Amino acid sequence: MARTTSRTTIGLFIAGGLLVSLGLAFFVGPLASSSPDGLEKVSIDQGFDGSARDHALGDSTFAEYGVEGVDDEGLATGLAGIVGVVLTFGVGALLFATIRTIRGRRANASGAAAPPA
Amino acid sequence: MHIPDGFINAPVSVAAGAATLTGIAVAVRKAANELEDRAAPLAGLVAAYVFALQMLNFPVAAGTSGHLLGGVLAAVLVGPWTGAVCVALVLLIQALVFADGGLSALGLNVLNMSFVGGIGGYAVFAALRAVLPRTRPSVVLASGIAAGISVVLASIAFWAEYSIGGTTGVDLSTVFAAMVGVHALIGVGEGLLTALTVAAVLAARSDLVYGARDLRPTPTVLPPSTVATGGR
Repeated sequence: MARTTSRTTIGLFIAGGLLVSLGLAFFVGPLASSSPDGLEKVSIDQGFDGSARDHALGDSTFAEYGVEGVDDEGLATGLAGIVGVVLTFGVGALLFATIRTIRGRRANASGAAAPPA
Repeated sequence: MHIPDGFINAPVSVAAGAATLTGIAVAVRKAANELEDRAAPLAGLVAAYVFALQMLNFPVAAGTSGHLLGGVLAAVLVGPWTGAVCVALVLLIQALVFADGGLSALGLNVLNMSFVGGIGGYAVFAALRAVLPRTRPSVVLASGIAAGISVVLASIAFWAEYSIGGTTGVDLSTVFAAMVGVHALIGVGEGLLTALTVAAVLAARSDLVYGARDLRPTPTVLPPSTVATGGR
């Protein structure tokens, strides 16, 4: 069954991609530069950084890519990265599966050739 | 590149929010046509990868850093509209869970990074593909150059928004030069990371790269009764 093989390979591809993303977030995230980014730097140099307000959710558990209660900054960044990667993948996969399902139903309703669910 | 609360006044933020919501509604409809059957988890993976890469600030000049925006990368991998939704999802999660990017500036940030950077950058990619030879190296080159340009486009979008809605009176021509200058440097990193990733996915599973789908071998179209057993 060619189809089964192809699905397995895509599963492996996605598993591999997730591992790479998790590895980058956990191991490289803590090494990222903490210098201001391009926009922040321009706002400081040009004198409009003072207009920035504190983030409304600045006290939340994972604010600023940290973890409340984890004092080791590197570990906290890495853990926050893992939370972000898993959350983004989960919500994203669900969102796009929903978009695709709705498209499939529309195609069915309009009598067009529907893709298999 | 993430605009915090307070840089841009409320009317411009609200207008950008409305424009972005409309844009997302259009993008979701168009994404439904781009998404192939098996592509839902793939699009989730692209969003997760962009999230991870956005954490990795690299130094670009003395005391300045930059990180991947990912708009062109996502667009080339899963299609421009699906890619725009991926980047919007990343920005939403960053603003809600990681306090990165102001809540009132979310519309502005999605406008700049998903649409101006992502869709605009994909248009540059498509134009480059049209003039370059139809080969895989062209796909890699076009994605890298378009990604670099997309960062500058997004920085110009910020400047335009600041010009109409900036809350602090500063010299706009100086802001323009500073924004474009530093983001051209960040664009080099964006281009390299995008080209590297596209090259890696092309090497592993070239059929999964939306921006290279014209290079797939033409599938033999078989009558329905033979599809179940048909190979190439």
